[in-house]
Amino acid sequence: MAPMGCGEAVSQLWEFLDDGLGATDHRRVEEHLAWCLRCCGEVAFARELRGLLRTRTGITLPDDVRGRLEHLIDGMGEGTEERSWT
Amino acid sequence: MVGALGASERAALRQLARHELPRLYALARRLGGVDAEDLVQETLLRACRSFGSLRDLAAGPKWLTTILTNTWRDWLRKDLREPDAVPVEEDGPFSLYRIIEEEDPFPYSDTLHVDMLGAFSEHDVREVLQRVPPHYRLTLVLRYIEGYAATEVAEMLDRPRGTVMSQLHRARQRFEREMWAYAGESGLLAGAATTGALRGEREDGS
Repeated sequence: MAPMGCGEAVSQLWEFLDDGLGATDHRRVEEHLAWCLRCCGEVAFARELRGLLRTRTGITLPDDVRGRLEHLIDGMGEGTEERSWT
Repeated sequence: MVGALGASERAALRQLARHELPRLYALARRLGGVDAEDLVQETLLRACRSFGSLRDLAAGPKWLTTILTNTWRDWLRKDLREPDAVPVEEDGPFSLYRIIEEEDPFPYSDTLHVDMLGAFSEHDVREVLQRVPPHYRLTLVLRYIEGYAATEVAEMLDRPRGTVMSQLHRARQRFEREMWAYAGESGLLAGAATTGALRGEREDGS
């Protein structure tokens, strides 16, 4: 099988990081990364980008919303729940 | 009205719901497009109705996530916003890494890729996420923020794993494309030349 080019490798990097490739494609990406410095940079960047998605999308539950939802939870299972907005 | 549960079931459900509340609310906000509090309320009501179907309490967090995402999809479908619709014209290949390299938005930096990511605040990342179409946003959120494996995402969305992998690939490219466009429009990158390049990229590519 022909060596993998940069275009093909780049298109499969996240799947590679996700272990989402078949064994043959996974090995071909690994072989490509063994000699292609630029694509190694892409892998490092893809890891950073995934980290950014995980760490920079933080959302806090506001106290007033928590209070209303916990009030709903307190009545759950009694057979009397109703939507608070109806 | 919702059916009554036994005392032990009631306690288990309430404990689970209380524990998962911050995560469910954050998930609802990240999915966007609907009122997050309403979405969590409806999720809890549906969970109460079907609590008997939960066989393993340890699977409770994932079970609640599935209920919330299904409710979200139902609501978007009702509003004709088609959360599962894939555009007829797919986005072409896009690599944020390469375009940063080519456009060089930080000409005096030796670490331009890191600088580019560092320019995004939490607010900016959330804004970019909301620009991604719903069907892509859903897979991105479940896989990369909630941390479910692709196989679990496929189960939750009742889709083949291959379809989810393919959607993740396109979703990631769309997210990168939107990051680049947002950076230009929001002034995160310095330089008029860069802004011009960003506009050109958006017109050509999306």
